[in-house]
Amino acid sequence: MPQIFSFSSNSYTRVGIIVGLITLVGVGGLLFQLGADSSYATNEGVARVQPVQFSHSHHVSSMGVDCRYCHTSVENSDFANIPPTKTCMNCHSQIWTGSPELELVRASYRTDSSIPWVRVHDLPDFVYFNHSIHVKKGVGCETCHGRVDQMPLVYQKGSLEMRWCLDCHRNPQKYVRPHSEVLTMGYKYPPNQEEVGLQLIKEYKIQRLETCNTCHR
Amino acid sequence: MHDQPRYKPLGETGFFADKRQSRPLIPGTVARGDLREATEFYTGKNTTGSAAEGTDDLDYFPIAITKEVIERGHERFDVFCSPCHGRLGNGLGMIVQRGMKQPPSYHTDRLRTARPGHFYDVITNGYGAMYNYSAQVSPRDRWAIVSYIRALQYSQNVNKTNLTPEQLAKLPVPGARPVPGEESIPDLPIAPPSPDQMNLPEGAPLPPGAPPTPMSPSILNPPPAAKAGEAKQ
Repeated sequence: MPQIFSFSSNSYTRVGIIVGLITLVGVGGLLFQLGADSSYATNEGVARVQPVQFSHSHHVSSMGVDCRYCHTSVENSDFANIPPTKTCMNCHSQIWTGSPELELVRASYRTDSSIPWVRVHDLPDFVYFNHSIHVKKGVGCETCHGRVDQMPLVYQKGSLEMRWCLDCHRNPQKYVRPHSEVLTMGYKYPPNQEEVGLQLIKEYKIQRLETCNTCHR
Repeated sequence: MHDQPRYKPLGETGFFADKRQSRPLIPGTVARGDLREATEFYTGKNTTGSAAEGTDDLDYFPIAITKEVIERGHERFDVFCSPCHGRLGNGLGMIVQRGMKQPPSYHTDRLRTARPGHFYDVITNGYGAMYNYSAQVSPRDRWAIVSYIRALQYSQNVNKTNLTPEQLAKLPVPGARPVPGEESIPDLPIAPPSPDQMNLPEGAPLPPGAPPTPMSPSILNPPPAAKAGEAKQ
């Protein structure tokens, strides 16, 4: 009986197995990375359905309410707060008092129970993050949160991935704004932003914090 | 790793009946360094008892009023008060235009003569349809806001003789206004003065009993009626 496989097929098989494995790992890795960076994993751009259909677009753009009217702790605390129900009731005890949309808000105020707002920006628990220092060093609301004034339902603008943080931590001059423009939505960076940025970095004493234990401590 | 089993601000838990991870403070809790012994500063009320005058509102500012304080007050006023009171304090803010009960204008005799403690008390405890802002505005910022309210009141009620020729020249020419359509704009088109236009000494505290000079700090404290009450004590 003649040999079915020639002697050289030993080599072909070995090479084939190695190449196949490499391809498999490569394609698998690529797919995994695509998945990990997708909005499915990062929640980037995913608008959250909230228990009360609160529109930032309406309250900010149409009513002109300042961010800090509700988010009072953004300048002073490491944690940027969601307002308590009472803040809603400052106005809504008087206006839209019969609206069924707001029944949950009124019920929350009556019974002193919390509205179960769905968290939009949630950094991993192994990341240390202080909100106030970013505001104080001239990072605009818009830089991380996007055009909240145009969001009927809030979504996460950035991926919140580590490289997303590092992009700014390495090159703050690309993003930093004067203090007076931190809350501005739709801020137009000057054409010489690199220069202005470097000047602001000096003025606000901004450090390029890139060490691991800046965030992972 | 991503979600570690620990409590975070505003987090939810099944352990407590109210489902809150942040626990409410036990009544009477005092944070270290926050005993609030300076009653006048924290309540805006006279501790010496002046009920005979019909009000126990503090008739002076318990903090030094500097340009920085007024500027801080300006910023905080625009954030927390202007939605209803309007940027000029005329009670025609955006929320009022959308149906909120209209608050009184600051530019009335009653509120011009009201003591600083009155405004502080209203911010702290609310008034009429206005809820209190004690959780949103810190005591120091409340006094800063009151100082800015005084500046606003002054901006709409300046004696012409107190203006310099340059300031007079900037005044709108009578008859040049109103521009058609401008009547419907609730906020008057005249901007309130910045604190440096008020000739306030930079960084220097205003002496509470300073003699009234033109553009003097007396605008920050109530007019003679209240002063007389102070002298009686």
